[in-house]
Amino acid sequence: MLSLNKISKRFPDFSLEEVSFTVGKGDYFILLGESGAGKSMILETIAGLVKPDKGSILLEGHEITHEKIQQRGVGLVFQDHAVFPHMHVKENIAYSLHGSKLSKENKKQAVQSIAQNLNIAELLGRSVSTLSGGELQRVALARTLVQKPKVLLLDEPLASLDTRLKGELRAVLRNIHRSGQTILHVTHDYEEALSLGNRIAVIAHGHIIQEGGPEEVFHHPKSEFLAHFAGIRNFFPAVLTRKDGISLAITPNDFHFRILTEGEDGPGFVMIRGEDILLSNDPIETSATNNFEGRVAEIIPTPRGIEVGIDAGLRFHALITRESLVKLGIAEDRKIYLHCKATAVRFINK
Amino acid sequence: MKKFQPIQLIFILLGGLVLLFILAPLLGMVFHTSPESLLETAREKEVRNSIWLTIWTSLAGTLIFALAAIPFSYLLARKDFPLKKLVTGIIDLPVVIPHSAAGIAILGFVSRDSVLGKMGSAFGLDFVGHPAGIAIAMAFVSIPYLVNSARDGFSAVPLRLEKAALTLGASPSRVFFSISLPLAARNIVSGLILMFARGMSEFGAVIVVAYHPMITPVLIYERFGAYGLKYARPVSVLFILISLSLFIFLRWLAKEKK
Repeated sequence: MLSLNKISKRFPDFSLEEVSFTVGKGDYFILLGESGAGKSMILETIAGLVKPDKGSILLEGHEITHEKIQQRGVGLVFQDHAVFPHMHVKENIAYSLHGSKLSKENKKQAVQSIAQNLNIAELLGRSVSTLSGGELQRVALARTLVQKPKVLLLDEPLASLDTRLKGELRAVLRNIHRSGQTILHVTHDYEEALSLGNRIAVIAHGHIIQEGGPEEVFHHPKSEFLAHFAGIRNFFPAVLTRKDGISLAITPNDFHFRILTEGEDGPGFVMIRGEDILLSNDPIETSATNNFEGRVAEIIPTPRGIEVGIDAGLRFHALITRESLVKLGIAEDRKIYLHCKATAVRFINK
Repeated sequence: MKKFQPIQLIFILLGGLVLLFILAPLLGMVFHTSPESLLETAREKEVRNSIWLTIWTSLAGTLIFALAAIPFSYLLARKDFPLKKLVTGIIDLPVVIPHSAAGIAILGFVSRDSVLGKMGSAFGLDFVGHPAGIAIAMAFVSIPYLVNSARDGFSAVPLRLEKAALTLGASPSRVFFSISLPLAARNIVSGLILMFARGMSEFGAVIVVAYHPMITPVLIYERFGAYGLKYARPVSVLFILISLSLFIFLRWLAKEKK
């Protein structure tokens, strides 16, 4: 659908080096990387705002590397929305319909329909200076979607929003994706990546260093950036349900995690930080409500401590100190007990 | 009561002196002019014609040259090119050179034996001693005000808004007319008003290019030379009053439009 082939671009203080990846039709593709990794530059290159030095970009089989910006068929939403301040909401959304072959009535309908989809129909007559951050981002999305882009490019669309609005907008993005829209979304937030993406590519210093499904990327991180979130290795697909006032996240192989969460019932991911898992040689009594038995599968020294890989039906990774390792006499293939408080388990809605 | 630091008091005092320096001569002139003489002057056809000529030549010069100056300002705000600093310096040249010298330069530029003069002659237009020559002289000395103000306006338009418009399918010219121009409009209008005002008050460059027909600053000079201070004053006061009212009106209009 959208392929980047060895895209390179040199700037005085930064460069993209042979960036290649492919976004399939209907994918929600996440480009994950820290600030300054070159994520926005890639989006601007796809949109045609930046001309690459080398490489090619293909969209639905056509090369668009040197195509005019207006004729590329991609839509870009900027981090800080870039809504035109001197126009009303309606004019903003209709901006891209100028010069289209639609009749006046059809244009009006297109604006009305996209505004309804994004829950901003009542804002159409408003001046943009009166809108909140979340509303502005919806207007920016509507303005881009109304032109029916083949690929929707999102540049950190949630970065400037508070937690509540983030949740709302994630739901909006999921709906847009469900309607069949192919999306390429760049972010530095791994939660966003997990929550939204079905494909993830990790970028650092202008290179793509890993690409795959969420589980592949997070379970076998190849980069420091991902390893930095060590706990991310304990993440498992699960379904959240509430029984008798208790939230339970149940994995496909029937592991039950007790959780304190305000998340909605439904599919998502369970996440536990490696440092939040306690280990013991015996089934001791603690305040932890999640207790499992397993076998030590691997012991890996890392700069942050010792990572103990444990097979308990699910593969857990606990981060402990060298002293604890020695004290408990942990060795490969030994039986071990894991304990984790419900408050340390997080649930990310998918 | 609010207490002032000694240094603030000194600054306020100095500020007062500067204000007095500007206002005292002007107020002195106004108080020395009787309403009767002002009315009498206003009835003179020569005076009325010259004020009207001053207004419309400056306005015409401003509007015609704006057609080129505004796109040029956009270029200066958005693009980097070799010798850009030199170009920026050239824009400010008319402000720093003596205006009589500017007049001499323009006279050479528009006289009958120059290229422009010959082109004008072909259409029966002689710039020297003609309102067209006056408009050119006024525009020459006042165009930096428009270019600089418009350039500041365009620079202040966030680049990402223009980028967003491009990705929404707008052509570069539509981006200019629908995004950059309206968002820089305040600065542009302010630059236009400044250029117009500066053009109206020009004397040095205009008198070299066209003594006749007589714009008001030249008329004031002539009345002073031929009849003295007493006769030059009412014209001066009348011109200042009309100019001030005009600019206050234009500023108000620009604010209302915003």
